[in-house]
Amino acid sequence: MSGIPLTWYLIVAAALFAIGLYGVLARRNAVAILMAVELMLNAVNINLIAFWRYLTPDRPIGLAWALFVFTVAAAEAAVGLALVISIYRQRDSVIAEEMDILKY
Amino acid sequence: MSPQLNHYLALLPEIALVVMIVAIFAYERRLAPDNRRQLGILSAWGAFIILLLTLAAWQLAGVPDFATSSSLNETLIWGGMMRNDGFTLVFRVMFLLALGLTSLISADVKSLQRGEYYILLHVATIGFSLMAAAADLIMLYVALETASLSLYVMVGFVTSSPRSTEGGMKYFVYGAFASALMLYGMSLIYGIFGETNIYFISQIVLSGRLDNPLLNFDNVFLVAAILILAGFAFKISAVPFHFWTPDAYEGAPTPVTAFLSTASKAAGFAIVFRVFSIGMLGAPVADRSNPWWTILVAMCIVTMTLGNLLAIYQSSIKRMLAYSSIAQAGYIIIGLVTFTAEGLGAALFYLFIYVLTNIAAFGVIILFANQTGIDDDLMSLSGLSRRSPYLALALMVALLSLGGIPPTAGFIAKFLVFKAAVDAGLWWLALIGIVNAFIALYYYLSVLKYLYLYRSDEEDVGIFTPRAARVALLIASLGMLLLGTVAAPIVEWTQRAASAFLG
Repeated sequence: MSGIPLTWYLIVAAALFAIGLYGVLARRNAVAILMAVELMLNAVNINLIAFWRYLTPDRPIGLAWALFVFTVAAAEAAVGLALVISIYRQRDSVIAEEMDILKY
Repeated sequence: MSPQLNHYLALLPEIALVVMIVAIFAYERRLAPDNRRQLGILSAWGAFIILLLTLAAWQLAGVPDFATSSSLNETLIWGGMMRNDGFTLVFRVMFLLALGLTSLISADVKSLQRGEYYILLHVATIGFSLMAAAADLIMLYVALETASLSLYVMVGFVTSSPRSTEGGMKYFVYGAFASALMLYGMSLIYGIFGETNIYFISQIVLSGRLDNPLLNFDNVFLVAAILILAGFAFKISAVPFHFWTPDAYEGAPTPVTAFLSTASKAAGFAIVFRVFSIGMLGAPVADRSNPWWTILVAMCIVTMTLGNLLAIYQSSIKRMLAYSSIAQAGYIIIGLVTFTAEGLGAALFYLFIYVLTNIAAFGVIILFANQTGIDDDLMSLSGLSRRSPYLALALMVALLSLGGIPPTAGFIAKFLVFKAAVDAGLWWLALIGIVNAFIALYYYLSVLKYLYLYRSDEEDVGIFTPRAARVALLIASLGMLLLGTVAAPIVEWTQRAASAFLG
């Protein structure tokens, strides 16, 4: 192996995950929240690929899983953007805080 | 090792549901615009036939006496992705029942008379069914997302309604967030064990041979367990992850709410039961010192109490039922945290009853809204008993069952869960549950006050009940009353499934 320890990849993934987490909690724009969720999923992918390469290089479990995560992330983005568009058509805004019809 | 016939039979519900999707597509093309309610009827017939087929296939290929005598490798099928045990069967019956009843009650809702809606219902059911069978983290994740993605679309299905799209958006944002948390936890589990099969992981955990030189095991393991629990808590709408529930339930078209509150919650519990009681995150039965056991119990208590207390203040009946469904999740977790076959069986029975009960309650609201256009105001239900005595009766049976009043099945379910908790030495948890059941009675019974005591100006206007919905309400109400009096066969069935499941 090329000398870069596994930990480095995990740190990058954890940092990416934390940035995504911050984005979901702090951003107001629904599209930005979607992007932040995608960051979190990409962090998972880095984790999976790194674990596969370092722990089970002979069995492609992590690789297969990462492929599924890509696919699901793409489907999730499609559904999410469709919902954003249908909201935008109704109120010309994608700001999460303005979605306040439903409350008690 | 090539797949044998019984491996295909284990996938029968999913295969049949895919066939149904094609059939619905084809049927929709041929339907006259004024006859589109037939879509719901077709979908319901399909669901009930698949239910019978699944039971038949179980008799043919499964282990009819629920015994898991064969070795682990034989029970894991399709490369270790699935496990077709009695536990899976109980859940599949629930999902198909929920699919059939939901199709019946949505057949006459104008905005949902579209092929896409029924196809999404079927795709979600496929996802649930695979979730209940999943024995591998990859399978579990993909099945969960299959179900979730269809549900996001279904909640936001009526694009002309701002409430529906807003509910869908909120559900989506929370859902995507929770599933990302869960996935990160799962990736850590994979990193610790180099393995994704739930059963193989629990064998490693329970045998205690864990020597991964790369990671400090204990802390990472706990973080992973908490992250996974977060994702699951979202699916079962347990308290810190319940925020989406009232909004999505209120915003969604009512048949979708019925489906979401029953099938989706049951599917969430299916994965919670499997992952936690198999011991993937540490042995549950031996000692209760596991940090996540304490977290689960705390979650259970807060979920019950907060759900019930907030439900009291709701003026919208859909929102009230949403908070009530949060509280009901708490009662079901009581069955889980005992980690005995008795408790798990009681929780399975509870979920089974809950499917019938909630679909009946939402079914009445749908019929009422079809006529009046009001679907969320408690006051507007005034005088329902004079407008339509049978609808009022069905709603009363459902509310009594939710509240746990004797002639209905809800009483048996609550009794079994609390009894299991007492038997497992958790009498204080049962006590909290009983106190909560009393709080819950207050708001369930105050709905009856509107139905039977209050008058309204429109008392002479009857409520039109289409035949499909009448059949659904009849099945659900009779089911509740029958299982409240002769519960033994189903109770025994769930108990056997649970004890075989815990092995």
